[in-house]
Amino acid sequence: MRIVADGLTFTYNRKTKFAKKALDDVTLTIREGSFFGIIGHTGSGKSTFIQHLNGLIPVESGTLTVGDLDLSKGKKTDKKGLRALRAKIGMVFQYPEYQLFATTVYEDVAFGYHNFFPEKSKEEERAAVFAALRTVGLDDSVADKSPFDLSGGQKRRVAIAGVLVSDPEVLVLDEPVAGLDPAGKNELMALLHRIHDGGKKTVVVVSHDMDDVAENCDALAVFSEGRVVMTGTPEEVFSRRKELEELRLDVPVTRKIADALAEKGLGNAFPLRSDDFVRKVAQLYRGKRV
Amino acid sequence: MNAIEFTNATYRYPGDDAPVLNSLSFSIRQGSFSVVLGRNGSGKSTAAKLINALILPNEGNVVVLGKDTVRAADGDLLFEIRKSAGMVFQNPDNQQIASIVEDDVVFGPENVGMPREEIAERIAFALEATGTEQFRHAQVSRLSGGQKQRVAIAGVLALRPEIVILDESTSMLDPKGRREVLDVIRKLQKEHGITVIDITHYMDEATDADEAFVLRNGELAFAGTPKELFARTDLLRACGLELPRAAELAKKLNENGVPVGDGILTTEELTEKLCELLQTD
Repeated sequence: MRIVADGLTFTYNRKTKFAKKALDDVTLTIREGSFFGIIGHTGSGKSTFIQHLNGLIPVESGTLTVGDLDLSKGKKTDKKGLRALRAKIGMVFQYPEYQLFATTVYEDVAFGYHNFFPEKSKEEERAAVFAALRTVGLDDSVADKSPFDLSGGQKRRVAIAGVLVSDPEVLVLDEPVAGLDPAGKNELMALLHRIHDGGKKTVVVVSHDMDDVAENCDALAVFSEGRVVMTGTPEEVFSRRKELEELRLDVPVTRKIADALAEKGLGNAFPLRSDDFVRKVAQLYRGKRV
Repeated sequence: MNAIEFTNATYRYPGDDAPVLNSLSFSIRQGSFSVVLGRNGSGKSTAAKLINALILPNEGNVVVLGKDTVRAADGDLLFEIRKSAGMVFQNPDNQQIASIVEDDVVFGPENVGMPREEIAERIAFALEATGTEQFRHAQVSRLSGGQKQRVAIAGVLALRPEIVILDESTSMLDPKGRREVLDVIRKLQKEHGITVIDITHYMDEATDADEAFVLRNGELAFAGTPKELFARTDLLRACGLELPRAAELAKKLNENGVPVGDGILTTEELTEKLCELLQTD
């Protein structure tokens, strides 16, 4: 599903003295099958933007289309339409494990399924729940456990399974690895790649980790003060280091080293992804020795 | 002298059979900067609560600045320990009490009945040390995450702690916010001799620590310098840790025939080494 926002603007507490413009003329296209990264400082509008994608925040002005559904103001999206949309756009909030509530993992994951597809049979529900658990790398024995007895990384994966259970076409995650230990983080990133499956699903991640988005995303948008100030491939975006630093952001380690090497005249056009970067440096080093 | 000493400290949560911390022994030097690493659930936060005397060990001892926490509990000295070991938590949005920065920082000292003149002096120091003077009169809710965490640190500093413990205090911040908080705690340790303990999942925060401690399943799996730790890839894997970014890159370079050598932990070190290797002489 392609996501197209045009001139999207949103103000919290509109018409009160606490009014705060959270989105200001946001125009952005997220290509179908993309592994898309959204970066920006705290309070830049990232979370407000993604909450528009499944209709949690109704469009106030501007237009927004998700697949063939038009969410723009004035377009009638009835309850049924919204439910169908939310089944297709899976939304994983920050610290989603805080939202686990059921007594067993199975019930927690099944809750979402039942909500979206109340007409489906118990057998279909079972199949969907176990498929979602397997996708997130949890084996069937976990299903009867209390979600609160699991580790932090496992709890988060249960929460994600609860979203995957409706088989969404787009998965949107707000800082999915925040607070996870390195091993948990790496498992989760690998999971997102399995879900993305080379572009079969669209994955949108909000992240504060520049190295992570450089390694994983194929396109980025940079938010600041409610506006989209840059879009492009990670290479394009991270080549604008000065601007990013002014926006309270940073660049990946490979970019920092590449800049230092280029400044000394020791090479240029270094790739951003670490494996490609290493290959390029190895090439230069060998070339120097012959 | 040691600021903190654990001797065979064991702790189990009420009703649990298995201890979260199992006979833990280690010590932290006064005035040092330490990091505590380990998987979620390895016992890091529990260890922090033992230092702060929020909980007491079931077996063994925890001695903080010469005071045994169990004995302090009997003798009503718990408050002294809690004042001297301040804690900063993860979420910048739920550590403030007042709506204005200054009122928030003053809350602690007023609460412990610090004399007025001393309060003024402490507040001035806490705001200065954390670089938060310029928003002294601002509303807490208008600040960025990094600024809020610095205010939280100021609130802790106002009580004159000798130890500051950060429990994943940078995990919810944007890159600039993290940098700000890390710069502040580094300054506290270097310029004011405060013992800083940073519990973190960011390996990059560990690179310039004096000492690194790794917990695994409630036991101490490693104590030593960051350089020693990151040389032990088997241990890192077993404990769910990873190399800092620059070290990971250095490892890949070594594997691909670029001899940057062992022991590189930071971007600066790697940059310098690569400049050297690629320089045409």
